[in-house]
Amino acid sequence: MALPLRYSLRNALVRWRSTVATVLGIALVVFVFVLLQSLAAGIEKSSGNTGDPRNLLVVRKGSTAESASLIGRQNLQDIRYLPEIARNAAGEPVISADVLVLVNLPRRLHNGEANVLLRGVTPRGMELRPQVHLVAGRWFVPGHREVVVSAKLARRFANFDLGSSFKSGSATLTVVGWLAGGGSAFDSECWLDADECRSLFERDMYSSFLIRPVDAAAAARLIDRIENDRRFKLKAEREVDYYRKQTMTAAPIKWLGNFLAVTMSVGAVFAAMNTMYAAVGARTREIGTLRVLGFRRRSVVLALLLEGGFLALLGGILGCAIAFYWNGYTTATMGMETFSEIVFEFRVTPRLVTEGLIFAVAVGLIGTALPAIRAARLPVIAALKAI
Amino acid sequence: MSEPESIVTIRHLSKIYAQGDIQVTALDDISLVIAAGEFLTLMGPSGSGKSTLLHIIAGIDRPTSGECLVQGIDVTKLNESQLADWRNQNVGFVFQTFNLIPVLTAFENVELPLLLTRLGHAQRRKLVNTALDIVGLADRSHHLPKQLSGGQEQRVAIARALVTDPKLVVADEPTGNLDSHSAQEVLGILQSLSRQVGKTVIMVTHDPKAAAFGSRSIHLEKGELTN
Repeated sequence: MALPLRYSLRNALVRWRSTVATVLGIALVVFVFVLLQSLAAGIEKSSGNTGDPRNLLVVRKGSTAESASLIGRQNLQDIRYLPEIARNAAGEPVISADVLVLVNLPRRLHNGEANVLLRGVTPRGMELRPQVHLVAGRWFVPGHREVVVSAKLARRFANFDLGSSFKSGSATLTVVGWLAGGGSAFDSECWLDADECRSLFERDMYSSFLIRPVDAAAAARLIDRIENDRRFKLKAEREVDYYRKQTMTAAPIKWLGNFLAVTMSVGAVFAAMNTMYAAVGARTREIGTLRVLGFRRRSVVLALLLEGGFLALLGGILGCAIAFYWNGYTTATMGMETFSEIVFEFRVTPRLVTEGLIFAVAVGLIGTALPAIRAARLPVIAALKAI
Repeated sequence: MSEPESIVTIRHLSKIYAQGDIQVTALDDISLVIAAGEFLTLMGPSGSGKSTLLHIIAGIDRPTSGECLVQGIDVTKLNESQLADWRNQNVGFVFQTFNLIPVLTAFENVELPLLLTRLGHAQRRKLVNTALDIVGLADRSHHLPKQLSGGQEQRVAIARALVTDPKLVVADEPTGNLDSHSAQEVLGILQSLSRQVGKTVIMVTHDPKAAAFGSRSIHLEKGELTN
């Protein structure tokens, strides 16, 4: 039979100084692990939260992102009247030919410059993206050199206040509204009229087409048609699939998170091991007494593992709690697909918390295993004679 | 009148320690019979082998050769797990340094050996309270060892040794760390266990006054019985 749980818990509490040091060490490792993974989760959620499963996005074959895609105007004429494309109440095909332009703009507080993604969008494009809505000001009026910027970007860039203007190339654009993308990739964009965008930035080509097919069967036929028509050299896929793949930015952060977690966990394992060696060393005679009373080796090992696991769990809970403080905090990084500033929120998800806690307990158990086994293997007589 | 039944029978028991290239004989061909209900004291100078003999009888050390039968079971033949179970069911231990678990209360310390039995919570509680009552510490059951005097700690240790109702109680210098008053109390309890309850008590001591509480005393010197 196992030793009572209170034996393990009280022993951990009695040695509170070393217990606190171990708990803090493990908390730090878990905090770093969870925080970095929550960054990656935020980026992934931002991309994964974007798009409508009914829409198709068309880009040039070989392009990994809209901003790197160029599509000729003739392609629009060839595609827009295909029968698979739905029509709105006015009988117009529901297709938006967007233009994406990267502009370099100053951040607030003279904090350098960064690329911002400008999307030239059509009225159909706005209808196809209902998750984007205005939170301040008004929508742009075509021909008036007006732009609506993401409210989240507005907090980070100079000249993004309502009524402010910024110059890019030969164009001077006035900010007339702030948009919100509902936690999607559109939170990292500024929108203006598509034709005006092409004119201001002298773009003869489009970047992408966003299409609403008649139904799922029509969507499948349209993908097949576009991909196999040699005239087009285009790639069509569901909008949600396209954005789900736009998670390359998260990869290095995830890698860094895992790398730091592994390297720091080595230190945490030694800290736990040190604590437990000290704990076992101070209690050798006590362990001998337990063995004399009839407790078997495995009971002693289990009690010590419980003690180490308990300390590690406390550390894990503390680390997750500190990381959770940043949950929902908005930050930004350079997108690896668009090379523009992308904003996202730290996402401390239940899965990340679970992973953090499992990680912590694993560190605790690994750190405790050796001292526990050593204590249990000691002959009873030797243990009883320990000072 | 019939002979008292023997509880411990030792035949040609030897224990030799290897210290590097040198071999130290702790016990040399000891043969001994201990009767049930006896209060036997083992005396002798330091290094005479008395504690080693006690540890072998109690199943916490192994001889180099010979037999040690306790209630007909040769404890030298049991493996580690069997010995652990056997100790729990058959032997009560009292140590010189009390060896209570510092983070557990007097009640929880006494309850420890019972956690290895199939007894339920209520039965365990009853037995623990009875054991603490026997040593006069029922009112100290929720105290931690550090809140007790040395004499009280040793009485808790005796309660722990009694709680499983073992036939055999072994005590290794139980009064070595106590003042004379507490020592008298502890020895009185051990004596009454033998005389009134019929437990077999084997006690190692240096002190002739302590040995006087026993019903029989044997002396060891250089690993051999001298009387």
